[in-house]
Amino acid sequence: MDFNIASILALDGATNGAVYALLALATVLVFAVTRIIFIPQGEFVAFGALTLAMFQAGKVPGTVWFLLILAGAAAVADLVDGLKHHHSAGRIGRQLLRTLACPLLVSAVAVWAAPRQLAMPLQAVLTLALVTPFGGLIYRLAYESLADASALVLLIVSVGVHFALVGLGLYFFGAEGFRNPSFWDMRLSLGPVTLSGQTLFIFAASVALIVLLWLFFERSLHGKALRATAVNRLGARLMGISSNAAGRSTLTVAAFIGALSGLLIGPTTTIFYDSGFLIGLKGFVAAVFAGLSSYPLALLGAMLVGLVESFGSFYASAFKEVIVFGSIIPVLLWRSLRDPHHEEH
Amino acid sequence: MTSIKTLVAAAAALVALCAAAPALADVNIGVSLPLTGPGSGLGIPMNNQFKLFPKTIAGEKINLIILDDATDPGKGVNNARRFVTEDKVDLVIGSAITTVAAAMAPVLMEAKTVQLSAAPVGVPPGQDQWLFRLPQGFSVMAHPIVEHMKSHGVKSVGFLGYTDAYGELWLKEITAQAEKAGIKISAVERFARPDTSVTPQALKLVSANPDAILVVASGSGAAMPHKGLIERGYKGKIYQTHAAATPDLVRIGGKDVEGSYVVSGPAVIAEQLSDNHPSKKLAVDFVTRYEKEMGPNTRNQFAGHAYDAAIVLEKALPVALKKAKPGTPEFRAALRDAIEGMGRTLFSHGVMNWTKDDHWGYTNETGVLLKVADGKFVVEK
Repeated sequence: MDFNIASILALDGATNGAVYALLALATVLVFAVTRIIFIPQGEFVAFGALTLAMFQAGKVPGTVWFLLILAGAAAVADLVDGLKHHHSAGRIGRQLLRTLACPLLVSAVAVWAAPRQLAMPLQAVLTLALVTPFGGLIYRLAYESLADASALVLLIVSVGVHFALVGLGLYFFGAEGFRNPSFWDMRLSLGPVTLSGQTLFIFAASVALIVLLWLFFERSLHGKALRATAVNRLGARLMGISSNAAGRSTLTVAAFIGALSGLLIGPTTTIFYDSGFLIGLKGFVAAVFAGLSSYPLALLGAMLVGLVESFGSFYASAFKEVIVFGSIIPVLLWRSLRDPHHEEH
Repeated sequence: MTSIKTLVAAAAALVALCAAAPALADVNIGVSLPLTGPGSGLGIPMNNQFKLFPKTIAGEKINLIILDDATDPGKGVNNARRFVTEDKVDLVIGSAITTVAAAMAPVLMEAKTVQLSAAPVGVPPGQDQWLFRLPQGFSVMAHPIVEHMKSHGVKSVGFLGYTDAYGELWLKEITAQAEKAGIKISAVERFARPDTSVTPQALKLVSANPDAILVVASGSGAAMPHKGLIERGYKGKIYQTHAAATPDLVRIGGKDVEGSYVVSGPAVIAEQLSDNHPSKKLAVDFVTRYEKEMGPNTRNQFAGHAYDAAIVLEKALPVALKKAKPGTPEFRAALRDAIEGMGRTLFSHGVMNWTKDDHWGYTNETGVLLKVADGKFVVEK
């Protein structure tokens, strides 16, 4: 190996690392606020990429129907809850409106826009708008009634949600893979390394999103409420912060990050309905590096995963995944030796 | 009163059932296909082709008993048991999924009933006396690739393939055949379908600079590694396997896959076959009849296997009928001997030559090498 090859590998690793970083941030965020180990994070990646691919083909993406079904189910759940607690008709109506308005509106726009072949940035925005509501709806349907259960129960629910989403993804998108066109067709040669527009785009979007998240959590009341829930659920609830609302908005943010990662990674590889899982899992490995608690460490972990993956597949491509997932063991050992604490049950 | 009515109804139903049950003198064939579940994309076209199956062969009425195995090996075993105990079939066709067909094999071997599998099932040696495969094995598919390499002066080959069984079987086959032809496998790299990049593997292959690279991947997944090689500036020949011979390769690969070679069975490219390809006539017949029924561009490899199953019966039944009566163990044994003794037989999928020792059977005339030109597959001569 010489310097040329090393620099190409490093760039490739860092590019993938940037996407894993986003997913790692989302995983840490969801765990901190809700104690859910959110395995289906990767599914949003596939949904984002495939939805954009469908728009590109001028078809109404399956996500539209999927979203409508989920929103309908959530509305029914709201209605049943409202009747059970004898809420007034007005209150139930407002709740239904809150659940249904956004998905219905976005779906209508998507159905209108699909055959019109809008410019790609508009399609990308529409994709984000379509996939983002999934987070809140999934929380409403799968997790909300179990919010106080142990982390283990939540993990099991996550596994179930993951399988459900993969199966439904196959139904709505079909078994075929898609590769999206690049957002920015540009090539820049720096010595041995060729920077493509998409690579720059991935880095820029990752940095922008990290800054945005930082601003959100440091400067906005909403963000501070989420942080408060993360620090102490009961205390936050006593201060009037709804833990249900916190859960929904956290998963909404996670879905947004997932969909964005899907848009970023879509042009670099072929995405299938089930591709998201492995990508999300690598984000999860990075989050474990950070002990599911520290954002900067998660970032570092993600870069490390990206680099290990790229150099690992250069030296021994048959054992690439073994190397990536095996690297989690020394990290876990180190973490448990450094700060031994007792598992909550 | 009601109970008498129920009794009468039950009796009537029983009589109806008995009447519907196949008469003993006909030839009964059990078909187990994945009509639902993840494998339904393979089973449904086969089912369509069975609608065109001949009603009588050699003067005997053919009863097809088609059951759904839901892509589930357990269900496949149940179907196989039902075929041999209740329906007393003379022959079983299916399944189209390797795991299901493999699960059915021991049941049918025990019952001494011939199984025509539409999936390339590998079983331990000595356990396939009753199992015949309709799809091509890897060796006949590797053959045209190696021949083409030999005639185009390729001396070294790089391998970039899936880490799963498909990649492994190809690696074994191509290594064996290339060595015999004096071609060196100079670099072996692996990847998985959901990988986001093959840049590192491509870098290593390109720096080894073999004369040709074989990409082993399936469907739309075959385009990503191909593009990765081109992106890293690989200029040599690139070969793809038969699982990549779908329009998806061109749809996703675009101009990067231009000029590369893909191996394929003959059935789905019927019209393009050169007139001297032995399967030309049958492949064209299969495709025109299937598409007349199902609509243009619906042709499918698995429907072709169902078509070929009819050819087997046309040839083997008359021979077996001379020896025994349908529905008896002697007839089933005679059927097997007849299939083993069929000799060189033309299929829509190639040239079959099953013998007592070889239940894969396709000859090397089978595989066809295609070249991607202007976004289409054309036969490479």
